[in-house]
Order: sequence, then structure tokens, then C-alpha cells
Amino acid sequence: MMPTSSLTDRADAPQWHRTRTIENPWARHGLTALAVVYLVWSLATLEINWSRAADGLPRAVNMILRMLPPDFSRWSLLIRGTLESVQMAVAASFFGMILAVPLGICGASNLVPKPVYLAARAFIILSRTFHEIIVAIFFVKIFGFGPLAGVLTLIVASTSFISKMLAEDIENMPPGQLEAIRATGATFPQLLIFCVSPQGLPRYLGVSIYRLDANLRHSTVVGIVGAGGIGQVLAASFSRYDYDFSLAILLTIVSLVFVGEFFSNWVRNQLR
Amino acid sequence: MLKISGLSKVYPTGTAALKNVSFIVEDPKVVTIIGPSGAGKSTLIRCINRLVEPTSGTIMLDDVDILALNRRDLRKVRRRMGMIFQEYNLVERLTVMENLLSGRLGYVGFWRTYRRAFPPKDVVAAFALLERVGLSGYQSTRADALSGGERQRVGISRALMQQPDLLLVDEPTASLDPKTSRQIMRILVELAHERGTPALVNMHDVGLAQSFADRVIGLRGGEIVFDGPADRVTANVLTEIYGEEDWSTTIRKVEGETEKPARGPSDGKDSLVRESLA
Amino acid sequence: MTPSQHAVKHPEVWRRFSPRQTLLRYTWYLGIVAIVAWSLSNLDIAWFFFLDAHVQALDLVTRMWPPEAGYIRKVIGPLIETVHIATLGTAATVLVAFPVAFLAARNTTFNSFTWFIGRFILVASRSVNTVVWGLLFVAIFGPGPMAGIWAITFRSVGFLGKLVAEAIEEIDAGVVEAVEATGASRMQVLWIGILPQVLPVIYGTTVYRWDINIRESSVLGFVGAGGIGILLYAAINQFMWQEVTVILIAVFGVVILSEFISAAVRRRIT
Repeated sequence: MMPTSSLTDRADAPQWHRTRTIENPWARHGLTALAVVYLVWSLATLEINWSRAADGLPRAVNMILRMLPPDFSRWSLLIRGTLESVQMAVAASFFGMILAVPLGICGASNLVPKPVYLAARAFIILSRTFHEIIVAIFFVKIFGFGPLAGVLTLIVASTSFISKMLAEDIENMPPGQLEAIRATGATFPQLLIFCVSPQGLPRYLGVSIYRLDANLRHSTVVGIVGAGGIGQVLAASFSRYDYDFSLAILLTIVSLVFVGEFFSNWVRNQLR
Repeated sequence: MLKISGLSKVYPTGTAALKNVSFIVEDPKVVTIIGPSGAGKSTLIRCINRLVEPTSGTIMLDDVDILALNRRDLRKVRRRMGMIFQEYNLVERLTVMENLLSGRLGYVGFWRTYRRAFPPKDVVAAFALLERVGLSGYQSTRADALSGGERQRVGISRALMQQPDLLLVDEPTASLDPKTSRQIMRILVELAHERGTPALVNMHDVGLAQSFADRVIGLRGGEIVFDGPADRVTANVLTEIYGEEDWSTTIRKVEGETEKPARGPSDGKDSLVRESLA
Repeated sequence: MTPSQHAVKHPEVWRRFSPRQTLLRYTWYLGIVAIVAWSLSNLDIAWFFFLDAHVQALDLVTRMWPPEAGYIRKVIGPLIETVHIATLGTAATVLVAFPVAFLAARNTTFNSFTWFIGRFILVASRSVNTVVWGLLFVAIFGPGPMAGIWAITFRSVGFLGKLVAEAIEEIDAGVVEAVEATGASRMQVLWIGILPQVLPVIYGTTVYRWDINIRESSVLGFVGAGGIGILLYAAINQFMWQEVTVILIAVFGVVILSEFISAAVRRRIT
């Protein structure tokens, strides 16, 4: 018979506890306590109209009833809005791709001198901080309502996104290849053509295709401030309480995005 | 002719990688540089074409003071120096032919580069080199589809496409198995002698260095501690460079050691093998 | 003629792409240009706007400077509200997203139908922009941060759920097998076999999404869903440009801060 009890009864019996992400028990419990405190505090300070919120559920049900069945009768408007969104997304992706190349190259610390690098990075950060709806409003103020403001907004968003990815990709390139091409006496443009471009191209294209899909999604939102696309149709329908038309538009948007994602994944798989 | 005097490199952290290194390379010989890790071999090679900027000293290639050149002239001089790397450093997604032609980048303009329209004589030379190193038919293969030995052969060919006055070779066989290492060294040395091009070769394998070199330079702690013909590298010399060790097995003794001619396309040429006689 | 034969006959010529491949490439290029041209053509672009656009832009910039410093007091409250909306919304997302991710992962879902449901929820959530969700919830709950929190949650579930589902699908099946072989129940398999493997992804993605949500919350006010967006929208519409600058700087500061925190936390996790 094994004297099992004697080992575990000892005061210095071996202990084991599972490893946790945050080892320090004070930190761990402190964090949980902090979270609870935060929850209570934020809910208390937020100006939430709790009675209205309680009304929310029956209102939601009511809304859903008003939304069903979706009204596709104004399908020509729907088609026109969808088409406009697609066009905005395509144009913005194309120009975004082109503009992202110089910006991305300038944002790569292993290619350009430091001041250029810093300036490019600052520009990228600045253009990414503000939500595209804010950018859209500014473009609307300058260029007026309509898809032009929307395309420009999306171009800014696409350029900053793609160039950031491109810059990071270039910086992650194995330095030996750059060294070798430089050692042959090549100029900077030749370095780009013969080393940076072939190595960076697949990822650049993949990111751009992804951005095309993302632009499709974002084109819905800029419409809310009047920058064109199907978002504008949606905002109008909401303001007129045409909820059944709203549902139709929402369903269209979801299918559009779905198709777009499918297409984008297919193309990116082909590129591999 | 390469003349190096008083070359020093001190890194911002304070480490002195090279201390007052001086030597001359005149004849078209293969000069191997040996020494322990951190001795400054790689730094030395990279200072010559200014991939690393030296702190002080002079480097003269014929009459050109390399350290005084501006960027444009530096590029022109780099054309004259072909560099071969330990990690091959081919552009992976380009084909073998494009990697070879990239050796001519210093001689063609922007639009030709973009259209890949290199002068016909370059393409002919490229095909000839491919055949010489035993890679006929590989011209349209992507570089990342090649084995290590094949890649290094492309790397050597790329350097030779520049028709350089000097070859700078940084540990060409460090990533290769022993047999492939010997093949590569053989090709390198044969080609260098054929074209009368002097070669500076970093090696960490002393035995290999001795087998193929005409002249050996030993570096230790950033300073030259030996500079002489390969057959004068004795156990004492190695101790001075690397430290106390049983060198008897490393030093090439020729009894029983015969370099057989390689099988395959590098056949037909006499292997110029230096056999050091004890 | 094979490439090698061609090379022997014409050693001065080498082409990377065969004529057929070249033709294909140029067809693609042409096609893309055509599509882009079409997309631009149908847009009602009033080209003459471009002519005086730089004048307008410069005018705007001069009106926005200098920022109205005293305004900052009005900004603090809504800014904090914005952070609350983002944080509470993200917190709620974690609770919802994990079960949905479970359904949307091929190796943990119950059957094809539940998998489809899971995927559909994630796609629907992602297709609709946060602001659009905001529109919807303002109609349900009325204006205010409540609508904003729901909007953030509904959008973030798709983001978080998709990444977690992918992580679940990529787990080491061997680990799960080993746990199952001990005779563990389904819940135990989940807890010991699956959860520890995806936990880092959950933490990292949650923090990442929180950071994005700060940006999103800042504009929810445009549709009335609370936060600093309400102030911003009002200021822009009333042409109070110097106040706008203050708000933008404040938003910029908060976003940078949240990005910093998010990057630091994610670095410590991986």
C-alpha cells in the first residue's frame, strides 16, 4: 500500500497552480476589481435614458415588423445607388493604389533618408486618425454634395491604408537582397524595379484587392453625410421612416459586401 | 590593383571592428581572409565597396580613392566590383536570367531596366555563364526554386556579369554542405583565374581556404596577423589567428588528398587546385 | 520550341513572359483601365469644382486656425462619453462574439446549418457600418449613448467573431484529441483544449477592436448616438470652425493614446 497521505500532508508538499496570463495575483485581482468599478461608474455617469431604453425592446420589435417585408419596389433607385457605390469603390481603390506607391516607398526606413521617412509616416498617421466620415464632411464642404466628395474621401482612406501596409512590407524585406542589388552599382529607381517591386508585388496586390472590398463597405457610410453612394439612399429612407425600404437597402448592402468579399478572396487566392 | 592603407572601423557603440588594416592586392590571385567570428572579415569586405562606411584610412582601386567618391561615382565604381554573398542574396521572385542580368544594372538606363531590354551582348554573355556553371536551361526558373548550391552559382555568375576588376566574396560556402562547398569554391577559383580577376574571399573553413587560395590573410581582433602564400600557413600561424587548438587535422596535407575533376559541365577545364605540400 | 531551344537559336534575346502570357497581361491591364474609366464616367463629377478647390481649402484652413482654447471645457465630457461607448461596446462584444465564433468555426460548430447561421451573423454584422447601425439603434432607443453602445457591439461582433473563428479553425487538433481521449465532457474539451489556444487571439483582437472603436465612437454622434460626434456635427453645421479644430485635436489625442495603449498591450501578449 502506498503511503500516499504522508506526502501531501507535509507542510512543504509540492504545490502546483496553473500558469496564468497575468502572474501577479495582485495585478490580476486588481484588474478585475478595476473592471467592475469601471462598469459601475460608466453606466452611472452615462446619460442613458433608462426608461427609453426599456422601451427599446418593444420598439425594436415594432420596427422589425415595420421593416418586414422588405420593399424592393423602388429597385431602380436601389440599383442606381448600388452602382454608384461600386463605382466609387473601384475608382477610389485604383487611385489609392497608385498614390500609395510613392507614399509607401517614402515610408520605408530602409530605403529613404530619415527626414523623408518621418514626413511620410506623419502624413500616413494623420490621414488615418480621422474617421472617413469626418473627412467626407470636409470634402462635401469643399466640393459639394455628391459622389465626388465620396470618391475623394475613399481615395484618402485607401492611400493611407495601402501605403502603411506597403511601407511595413518593404521594411520587413530581407536586407540582403537590397544589399546585393546596391552592390552592383544600381541606381535607386533600378533598385525599386529589380528588387522592391518583384518582392513586394504579391502582397501589394492582395492588400489593394482587400481595400477594394473595404471601400465597398465604407462607401455606404460616406453617403450619410451626402457624399454619394447607396448610403445616401439609406439615410434618406430612414429619415422618411420608410423602414421597409430601409430593410431592402440593408439587405442589398449585405449581399453586395458578401459578393465583394467572395470576389476579393478568390482573386487573392489566385495571386498566391 | 587594390591598395588598402590604415583602414579602421569603429562602430558608434565603441566596438573597433577594424584596426589599421593595410594590404595590397596586385596579381589576379585568390586571396582568402580567415579569422575567428568577430575578427572583422565581413566588415573589411563591406568597407571596400562602402556597404559599410569606414571610420578612417584609404582604399584605392587603381587610381580611384573609393572613400572620397560621391554617390554617383561610387555607383560607377561599384560596377567594377562584383560581390558574392553568404546568403546568396538573389531576388527570390525573379528568374535566374533576371538575377544574372541584374549584374548589368550599373550599365543600363531606367527604361531598359523596366522593359527588361538588356543589350544583346549581355544576354549572350549570360547564357554563356549559365552553361559554364552548369545551369543551362535554368534561365526561366524562379530563384526561390533553386537549391543552395545552385543559388550560389547564380550569385557567382551575377557578380561575373559585371565583368569586374575585383571580386568581393563574403563566406560563399557557409550555408552549404561540404561537397557543394568544394564545388562552389572550385567554380569560383577557376573562373577567377580564367578571367584574371583578383578575388578577396572571406572563409571560416581553414581547410577549404588553404585548398583553394593562392594567398591567405589572417585577421584577429580587427588586425592582420598573417599575410602570405597559402602553403606557408602552419599550425603556429593558425594558433596565432584562432588560438590554441589541435591543428594537425585541419591543415591540408596532400597525401591521400587529390582533387578529382568535377563531374558535369565544369568538366573539360583543368582544375587548378593548390595542393600544399608539407 | 522549348525555352532552351529558343535560347540556343537566339542567344541574344530573352523574354520573361511568352508572347501569350504578355498578351494576357496587357489584356488585364486594358480591362482594368476600362473599368476605372467607366467608374469615373458615370460619376457626376463637376470638374470645374476642382479649379477653385484649393482656394476653398485654403479658406477653410485659415478659418480653422487658431483653435478656440476655451472650448476645451465643453469637450471633455463628451470625450469621456465617447471612450465609455467604445469600452462598454467592446466589452459586450466579447460576450457575444465568442459563442458566435464557436458556431462559425467548422471544427466546433454543431452542423452545417448552425455553421451557416454563425457565418451569416458575422457577415451581416460586418457589412453594416457602425454608423449605419447607429442610425438603426437611434430609431429604436432614441438618441443617446445607449444607441451608440449597441451600434458598436453589433458591428464589432463581426470583426471579433471572424478572427476568433479563424483562430478556432487553426487550432492544433491533436490537443483537442488528447483531451477528448481522457473522457472529458464537451464543455471540458472546450475549456481545456480549445480556449487556451485561442485566448491570446481573443485578447489581442479585443484590444485592437477597442482601439478602432474609439475612432468609430467619435463619429457616432453624427447620427445622434452619443459621444463627441454630436458636438462636432453641431460645430461644423454652425460653421464654428475654430471650435471644430479643438474637437479634432482632442479626438486626435484620444485616438493616438488608445493606439499607443493597444500596441503596448498587444506587444505584451504576444
